[in-house]
Amino acid sequence: MHPLRVKITLSNPIHLDVQLYCEPGQMLALVGPSGSGKSTTLRCIAGLQKPSSGVIKGGGQRWFDSQQRLALSPQQRRVGMVFQDYALFPHLSVADNIRLALDDKPNAAAVEQLLQQVHLSGLASRYPAQLSGGQQQRVALARALARRPDVLLLDEPFSAVDKVTRRKLYLELHALRQQLAMPVILVTHDLDEAAMLADSMCVIHQGKTLQQGSIDDVLQRPKSLSVARQVDVRNLYQGTLESHAGKLKLRWHQHVFDVAATPHTNNISAGTMVHWLISPAKILLHQQRRPSRGDQENAVKATVQQILTLRGICTLLVTVDNAGRQQMQLDVPEHVVQRNQVQIGQQIGMSLLADAIHIMVDNTIEEGSGNDSEKSRLA
Amino acid sequence: MDWLAFQVSFKLATFTSLCLLPIGLLIARWLKHSRFRGRHFVEALTALPLVLPPTVLGYFLLTLMDTQHPLGGFIAQTTGQHLAFSFNGLLVASVISSLPFAVQPLLRAMEHIPNNISEAAWCCGLSPWQTFIRIEVPLIWPSMLTAWILSFCHTLGEFGVVLMIGGNIAGETRTLSIAIYDSVLAFERDKALYMSLVLLTISLITVTFVYSLNRRNHRMFH
Repeated sequence: MHPLRVKITLSNPIHLDVQLYCEPGQMLALVGPSGSGKSTTLRCIAGLQKPSSGVIKGGGQRWFDSQQRLALSPQQRRVGMVFQDYALFPHLSVADNIRLALDDKPNAAAVEQLLQQVHLSGLASRYPAQLSGGQQQRVALARALARRPDVLLLDEPFSAVDKVTRRKLYLELHALRQQLAMPVILVTHDLDEAAMLADSMCVIHQGKTLQQGSIDDVLQRPKSLSVARQVDVRNLYQGTLESHAGKLKLRWHQHVFDVAATPHTNNISAGTMVHWLISPAKILLHQQRRPSRGDQENAVKATVQQILTLRGICTLLVTVDNAGRQQMQLDVPEHVVQRNQVQIGQQIGMSLLADAIHIMVDNTIEEGSGNDSEKSRLA
Repeated sequence: MDWLAFQVSFKLATFTSLCLLPIGLLIARWLKHSRFRGRHFVEALTALPLVLPPTVLGYFLLTLMDTQHPLGGFIAQTTGQHLAFSFNGLLVASVISSLPFAVQPLLRAMEHIPNNISEAAWCCGLSPWQTFIRIEVPLIWPSMLTAWILSFCHTLGEFGVVLMIGGNIAGETRTLSIAIYDSVLAFERDKALYMSLVLLTISLITVTFVYSLNRRNHRMFH
């Protein structure tokens, strides 16, 4: 099996500037808000929409190359596509829906095997209208796999089913993935879905792919402010880099934090305004009774404003002292909160570990926060 | 009852509606998938016989079919047929004047098929023509029946164009609707009533049938 490489632009009907890559056997989640160009990107890969320029390579072949004036039809591309509303053929039974896509001598055994793969044995003679949403999704998946595709494209495949079914289908897809050798692209607007199912993630916003990388990379170390906004980073702040005895440190209001030296931060000069973030799960809550050594690192005091508990994780919403009443979130296991008897209104100590602080140089001046940094730079 | 006229009417309606099925399907398919800028003009053209007085349509067709006209002359030369005042000419005129009754229901049905159904078929490896035959046509068959019945009935009741093109030749171009007109002019009230009742009954039954069929068709995608 061969990788999928896409580097295309499109100007009509929407603007696209997309660059992505997916290894065989890997699942890449294409994530962005609705209208960001996710589905149009899939349509370009499938050959249903012609890009203005660029190259698409799949199955070891050039599918599209604007310079060579090459554009293979959807029929020539061997793409398996699961449409958002499944697009099953309403007049054909489940078996016939799948049989239609079996190109080499369609036989009953092949149909049966595909049905087993998606846990639908025994429903071969039903019609789409007689199936539940989850069953329809499985038929669509079996039909997409029937052609033994070089690339599998899933366009928001979970958006049309209820939450309970969705959880079940997540597990099924995750299990099915082990048997798939081709590159798989999952389009979704749900970050949790992407993080749970995919190996890597590509963030798209207003038709432009902003960053592709491993799930952790994108979620915790976004390249730019716009990626951080797209992946809904919770603790995002502005600060200034300072040089203290040759070491780069981060000033945030009255605090000065140690930061981990990376090649990325080494290129930034002292005095630069930066955006920085810290993952709520990586903030260390100090124990009330037994302070540990790590407590010295970037320690701050804060007051608990709210406690929200979901599935064993407590999210503490705190206001940090000496930080212009800025709020911060930290995720702590429920038992830790109980053992330390954390309560609303209480003061707590916590450490923003240097390794967990991620610094972004803000190249793009955006409306809102962009104006602030602009002003402070001039001041 | 003018059985000869009934026969002509029936033959004309059958031939016309059968010719219109493939023609209507092809036009509807083309109109749905075409990105040609002038497609709305073509669509309007196919609907024109609905609003045009039959005499106007008849006049233009008669002019074109005249052997003095290059087109009519060409047809007469190549096929040896004089289209004006003949059954074949009548058939051509009927096909044109009943075109909207075939194209409109077929086009509405084609447009009712979600785009991604056809696209899913392409992604399954089906060529556009295979998609048409195996997916689109089976999905619109109730509308094909509607198109066939409507164009049949419309041809059965056509008067103006038939009179302009066909004239009134017994056994060749005199249809039931013209026979009714003749009977009224000849004060044969009973004959006219009898024949009118026949047309009324056929029309009522078929239109009722078409409406009940459309109800069922609408349920298909929901």
